[in-house]
Amino acid sequence: MSATQQSRLVYNDPTWIDTLAAWVLALLWILPLAYAVWTAFHPSEYSTRFELLAPLTLDNFARAWAAAPFAQYFLNTIMLVTMILGCQLVISTLAAYAFARYEFAGKNLLFALVLVQLMIMPDILLVSNYKTMAALGLVDTLLAVGLPYFASAFAIFLLRQTFMGIPRELDEAARVEGASPLQILWRIYIPLARPVYTAFALVSVSFHWNNFLWPLIITNSVGARPLTVGLQVFSSTDQGVDWSVITAATLMTSAPLLLGFLLFQRQFVQSFMRAGIK
Amino acid sequence: MRSVHAYLLLLPAFVLLVAFTHYPAVATLIDSFHSTPKGARPAVWVGLENYQVMAGDPVFWKAATNNLWFALATIPASIGLALVMALWVNERITGRSFLRMAYFTPTVLPMIAVANIWLFFYTPSYGLLEQITGAFGLPSHNWLGDQRTALGAVTLVAIWKEAGFFMIFYLAALQSLNPSLREAAAIEGASRWYYFRRVQWPLLMPTTLFVMVNAVINAVRMVDHIIVLTRGGPDNASTLLLYHLYEVGFRFWDTAHAAAITVVLLAVLATVAFFQFFLLDRKVHYK
Repeated sequence: MSATQQSRLVYNDPTWIDTLAAWVLALLWILPLAYAVWTAFHPSEYSTRFELLAPLTLDNFARAWAAAPFAQYFLNTIMLVTMILGCQLVISTLAAYAFARYEFAGKNLLFALVLVQLMIMPDILLVSNYKTMAALGLVDTLLAVGLPYFASAFAIFLLRQTFMGIPRELDEAARVEGASPLQILWRIYIPLARPVYTAFALVSVSFHWNNFLWPLIITNSVGARPLTVGLQVFSSTDQGVDWSVITAATLMTSAPLLLGFLLFQRQFVQSFMRAGIK
Repeated sequence: MRSVHAYLLLLPAFVLLVAFTHYPAVATLIDSFHSTPKGARPAVWVGLENYQVMAGDPVFWKAATNNLWFALATIPASIGLALVMALWVNERITGRSFLRMAYFTPTVLPMIAVANIWLFFYTPSYGLLEQITGAFGLPSHNWLGDQRTALGAVTLVAIWKEAGFFMIFYLAALQSLNPSLREAAAIEGASRWYYFRRVQWPLLMPTTLFVMVNAVINAVRMVDHIIVLTRGGPDNASTLLLYHLYEVGFRFWDTAHAAAITVVLLAVLATVAFFQFFLLDRKVHYK
């Protein structure tokens, strides 16, 4: 058997055609982003002219930062994702623990009612939820942006699966020692589920950092707008033509996520995988 | 006593789920049979009138057909690309970590931000796309401003955004396949294509179903890029159902009409849920 045939049979070596195609696709995939980086870091007369020696500048970022209250938007988004994540973790941990380790009447029905939210996300029920927020007097507050997402069916489902995989013996041993159910949850279940918490946290933060339609509807002032809405307000008003400033603002709003992703690429990818398999 | 504990643990989650998922879903259904309350005039029962208005509205049908084409294009294209990407980066290919990063990056970025970048990309006369087509001597074309190409242009952005996300799930599934299958196939002298068709593809079936359900949901849910790129235009050429709902509900404030549209979306999602249960039942038999 010849060497080339051998290597083909173990399927380990993609042919040069695969490599070429994979690279072409990858370059196409990052082309819009690379273009945005080029435009944002060069003076606007170079925004559509590609010269290797074009001068670099941070001026576009400074102008974008000065043109809209981005500091406030950043603060809003950071508070928003922190608030949502905190509430999601507490609320779904409690619910998942109940579903994983308690027997009670209507358990299956209640679990099915939780799963309904996997299909019908708050995004679809905009009109009705807006009315609810108006009735509660919460329109144009950060709380209203976050509230519909505090109970996450996805988190409950994910944590329930994880908790069910933890051996009951640990639980019983702790109970013999006189630990209360909440102590058992805190001391045994939560520490053992830590990788799942990390996975969910990354997915949740990137989802809510990027969320747009609901915040757009429920907010109408600088004090409550998250970055995505702020960016849209900024770029759709009369900045319309200055692409250098708009791309700079765009990169600025995505930068924390992008940097986080590049630094913790492995965790990100594994988290998304873990969240998807369960 | 134990069950009282359980109910207490579930209480916070259920208060919120009922308030923001179950109640609004039911309230929307009820609202769709009532008129829009205006000032002192309360909502009155109007039967199917909202549905008749909706069905008589050509914009609704435009949005529904657009959404169907959008789904028919994004679902197979993003899943197909995701599978090919995953098969590539699962092997020892040159520059594997760069390739993974390049494919996955669009997923992490906010749609609203990348849509701005694509808007620039598509800009007539000096956007990058125009510069490329111009270099080949092709005539200038306003991709987002032309009724024939607007929907295609926004569909492309959606595929670009989604494919890397689905790739992750395929990659995870490929990595969990038993390596001895590959050795067995090698010993039998199976071709790479045969190995894919007879071993990898059937074993990836549960992942494909999972990804497909997500792709369908996304086809209903993705509108951020429409708001940035076209606002449904020109002349509703690129409007989708959720964008239409947003316009009716929050630009024209016709909440009863919007409720009827929401019911249509809920019906679509309920159908998906039904198929998922049906298909997941079949999946169990694989194991």
